[in-house]
Amino acid sequence: MASRGGGRGRGRGQLTFNVEAVGIGKGDALPPPTLQPSPLFPPLEFRPVPLPSGEEGEYVLALKQELRGAMRQLPYFIRPAVPKRDVERYSDKYQMSGPIDNAIDWNPDWRRLPRELKIRVRKLQKERITILLPKRPPKTTEDKEETIQKLEKKEEEVTSEEDEEKEEEEEKEEEEEEEYDEEEHEEETDYIMSYFDNGEDFGGDSDDNMDEAIY
Amino acid sequence: MTQAEIKLCSLLLQEHFGEIVEKIGVHLIRTGSQPLRVIAHDTGTSLDQVKKALCVLVQHNLVSYQVHKRGVVEYEAQCSRVLRMLRYPRYIYTTKTLYSDTGELIVEELLLNGKLTMSAVVKKVADRLTETMEDGKTMDYAEVSNTFVRLADTHFVQRCPSVPTTENSDPGPPPPAPTLVINEKDMYLVPKLSLIGKGKRRRSSDEDAAGEPKAKRPKYTTDNKEPIPDDGIYWQANLDRFHQHFRDQAIVSAVANRMDQTSSEIVRTMLRMSEITTSSSAPFTQPLSSNEIFRSLPVGYNISKQVLDQYLTLLADDPLEFVGKSGDSGGGMYVINLHKALASLATATLESVVQERFGSRCARIFRLVLQKKHIEQKQVEDFAMIPAKEAKDMLYKMLSENFMSLQEIPKTPDHAPSRTFYLYTVNILSAARMLLHRCYKSIANLIERRQFETKENKLDASEIQVDETIFLLESYIECTMKRQ
Repeated sequence: MASRGGGRGRGRGQLTFNVEAVGIGKGDALPPPTLQPSPLFPPLEFRPVPLPSGEEGEYVLALKQELRGAMRQLPYFIRPAVPKRDVERYSDKYQMSGPIDNAIDWNPDWRRLPRELKIRVRKLQKERITILLPKRPPKTTEDKEETIQKLEKKEEEVTSEEDEEKEEEEEKEEEEEEEYDEEEHEEETDYIMSYFDNGEDFGGDSDDNMDEAIY
Repeated sequence: MTQAEIKLCSLLLQEHFGEIVEKIGVHLIRTGSQPLRVIAHDTGTSLDQVKKALCVLVQHNLVSYQVHKRGVVEYEAQCSRVLRMLRYPRYIYTTKTLYSDTGELIVEELLLNGKLTMSAVVKKVADRLTETMEDGKTMDYAEVSNTFVRLADTHFVQRCPSVPTTENSDPGPPPPAPTLVINEKDMYLVPKLSLIGKGKRRRSSDEDAAGEPKAKRPKYTTDNKEPIPDDGIYWQANLDRFHQHFRDQAIVSAVANRMDQTSSEIVRTMLRMSEITTSSSAPFTQPLSSNEIFRSLPVGYNISKQVLDQYLTLLADDPLEFVGKSGDSGGGMYVINLHKALASLATATLESVVQERFGSRCARIFRLVLQKKHIEQKQVEDFAMIPAKEAKDMLYKMLSENFMSLQEIPKTPDHAPSRTFYLYTVNILSAARMLLHRCYKSIANLIERRQFETKENKLDASEIQVDETIFLLESYIECTMKRQ
């Protein structure tokens, strides 16, 4: 610490290395100290070389632009979901934005992908069905179990087998009803989407002439 | 991965796949290998979105997965593969020059879709070609298949690793993710398919059918009704082979510029003969005898054996050392020094950059330092014949931009600066790395500017130019690293 204070006090302009070796001769004016950061866009001394033109260059250029456009149209381009507006509108059902299910538009080979990546499809209907159905199967199993126990108090293996069968049947029923519900749901939108006019434009034109009767 | 590379990957993913895929992809590049739930939690996106994005990324070979113990699947992104997306137009154009329009469309479909089965590729390409043909003509599947087979034979397309077929069914539950394997021998094996058919032209009636509401469209395409003969065998474009081809092209054109057309043809023949036998990272090709080269010259070239020998001797004596003589049997054994050729090309690129950025005097100093390897400042002024002040200024400018570096040689053990030699030197490897980093940054800037302007053509062309430099420098660095 003594030497540090001493070094500063002794010779102000002395530097740690031999100034001549670097190339600054005695008595040469040093460049002025820089007090601000260097400019963001310093003026260019040399212009860049012109780009090569020619058939090959033009073709590759066109190809590049075409590829960019093509990739946007492929199903691999995932657009973020349209943000929901404040109020749910009737026309939302008829406007197609994105795939109907929350699944992907293309079919990958699921054998090559990890199982966890597969999205469980048809969420909406499943939610609806799962709300309804859980009430029913417990009831039916309970009823049937009671009747079985009342009527036949015999081998437990038989009842357990029948229970299993009934569970399987109920699962199949669920699946069938799922499918049936899907088709119903899809057939609702029987009309061509583009023909649908959600009527928001109507009524905006006739604000000017309120005198004339509207037929 | 440097910041510039990550930024560039982010821009590329966003342009080609949208913002969701970009978010997931960049997160994986930054943090390395991660399982699904952690990705969803860290990026704050819903699980479904993450699943969709990962499906797309895995399909395009940008992300790979691995099953770890306890059934956890971890996903890892390949940053260098994402950067290859810049080069897609070049790959497609190269195939066009080699295999005409059919080959071009095959490679384009493979690049756009990631991986496809052969039957799917043939069908798509035939349909596309049919549309461009005159009315009444259609493209036959057989022709497309032939081109596909030729591409596979020359290794431009390769098979993807596939799900191993288990002969005995697993007693336990199936694994959460398949482990894909590929046999070296099968990589270019084309399955025996008899694809009969013609391309379909999309006529107006088809367009009406496509306009039907989604509800009435069948959920599965008609393809699934017939069993696909090559189900499970997927093909992808073999980018390494393309890179090898670009490298060969660069060497041949360098020889043509330095010497003449005939010598470049000889070098091209030598490279073609060693295409399959030499691996892409070898420092030099297998030795070829002068007799073999003479036999393999293209048919149009009828130069006599003595002339060929003279050319070969000339090439071997050239100071650039592209071709070297390794023995005398068989009329002289010659090799092509791939690593030296790449080093010369990289050096030439560096010199050109210095010249364009700082002027021709700086370029003279740069070449001088390259030649002398280590040189003191005083000697620079003397050898380059440039006044001291200017020489000093230029040296410091190049030093500050990291084209050059200083080597200290102390005279005394205490490394006192007044008693140390400071020598200027150029380390080509580190200068090449610096330039590569700069190239990535400049392409990222160009893409941003283009997105801002969205009109100028020039920016696209500049991107292509910079990408060529990137390719050269990367091959050189790869080659050098593999040697060490």
